[in-house]
Formats: sequence, C-alpha cells, structure tokens
Amino acid sequence: MKVHLNRRYHFSASHRLHNDAYDSDRNRAVFGKCNNPHGHGHNYTVQITLSGKVDPSTGMVCNLADLDAFAQKNLLSRFDHTNLNTLDAFANRVSTTENLSIEIYRIFQNFPAAHLERVHIEETSNNSFDYAGATPPQPGTT
Amino acid sequence: MIFLTRKAEFSSAHYYWNDAWSPEENQRVFGKCANRNGHGHNYTLEVTVAGEIDPVSGFVVDLKQLKDILEREVVSVYDHRHLNLEVPEFKTAIPTTENIAIAIWQRLDNKIPNAKLHRVRVYEMPDLFADYYGEP
Repeated sequence: MKVHLNRRYHFSASHRLHNDAYDSDRNRAVFGKCNNPHGHGHNYTVQITLSGKVDPSTGMVCNLADLDAFAQKNLLSRFDHTNLNTLDAFANRVSTTENLSIEIYRIFQNFPAAHLERVHIEETSNNSFDYAGATPPQPGTT
Repeated sequence: MIFLTRKAEFSSAHYYWNDAWSPEENQRVFGKCANRNGHGHNYTLEVTVAGEIDPVSGFVVDLKQLKDILEREVVSVYDHRHLNLEVPEFKTAIPTTENIAIAIWQRLDNKIPNAKLHRVRVYEMPDLFADYYGEP
C-alpha cells in the first residue's frame, strides 16, 4: 500500500536578496529589508515528503536511517551555518526560499529509495513555501 | 466539499523486528528500534474527513461524534499499550509509522457517518509523520 512519509530537517543560514542586474535603489525597492548588504538569517525547517509502497518485510517506505544520512550529506552539511549567497546554487539566482525550495527538490529527487512528492520549507513561522515539481499539491496535504 | 481534521493523541510502546531475519539482520536494518525491550512515543493522530455541509447543523460531521469514534476505534485500543504485544494488527505487521497509518485507516474506514475518510496522518514525533490516503 502506498504511504507518504514526511521528515523534517532544520538548518540555520544567512542570505541577502539582491539582483546584480538592478541598481541599489531598485534592489532596495524590490527586496526591502531583505536587501540589507550585510545579510540576515533564518532557522529554516525543510519538510520532505516521499511516497512509496510499504515493504512488508520492514514496514517502511524507506529506511529512515538512509534518508537521514542522505539529508546529512546533501542538505545539512551543505546548507547549515552557511551564507546561502556564497553557494554555487545561488551564484546566478536570488536566494529566496522559492529558489531554495526548487534547489532542495532537485537534491532529494536523487534519493534512490522512494519517490519525492514535495518539498515544504518554513523560512519563519509565518512564511512557508511548497514545491512539488510539475505536479500541483493536492488539497489538505501540507 | 469541505475537509475537516480532528486530532487525537495516544502513547504506546513498540519495537521493530522481523522474525524471518537473524538478530544481526534486525539490528542492521532497524538499529536502536530493534531493542526487544521496546521503547515508546507520544503519537499524534490527525484524521481528515471530506464531506458536504449539512444545511441544518452547519456541520460536515458532528465533532463530538468523530471524537467518540476515534476514541472507540483507535485510542482505547492503542493508548498505553505495547503495539507489538497487545494490538492484533501488529502481530504480523511491524508497527512502523507507515503501518500504523494504514491500520488506523482500516479501523476508521466506513465508520464515519456522512463523510468520507480523506487522510490519516500519524506523527511519531514532530519531525516524522506518515500519511495514508487509502491508496492500494
């Protein structure tokens, strides 16, 4: 039977929303306080939703230890306590949480043991973002 | 169509073990969850039902009735119990969060009047939860 498994990870990072193609007035107008030249930071929560058939011999969609090891290697060790703007992923993209969602979706698409359904990121307790690739989220699933 | 979600909580013990495997294989796959003395969690259950609003009551379902169904079908059976040893469906299925979600769906399906079961979400802890939508 097909089950969705949800796992939440936490990391802290700084960023600055800035577009080199804009002049400083326009950057300030578009990005507001998020354009502060010295950056600012968030405690991000990333919620990964995977789906798959439950393996009758383990009772699992996938082994959580494998998922956690994958997240440690590919998510937390790369993003935690970094400045997102210095990472390759944001060399040519503004480090908004929209773009972060797409990048983290791209990362977890490579997790081999289950199908990635959706990435949900909470930037603050009031702001959250969902990316489900080409498939729109179903009602009541976040 | 309106979706309505009711929460319930239960606290249970469990362990992960597959009798078909050697102790070493169980330890390798399940790690600390394979401790045969068991361990426990405070589980949070979220049951989402879908239905149309009754024009007389303004309800999709009577929340008190839904609470009583969750209590009777799930909480009274699971709460302060050892899932492997005291709950029949886990004599054969390993009581992972995934299998608990499926088992609760099977306990609730067709028991809720005037609404369709949409989703069973089981939190083992705030950072780990499983969703079952009744899919084969």
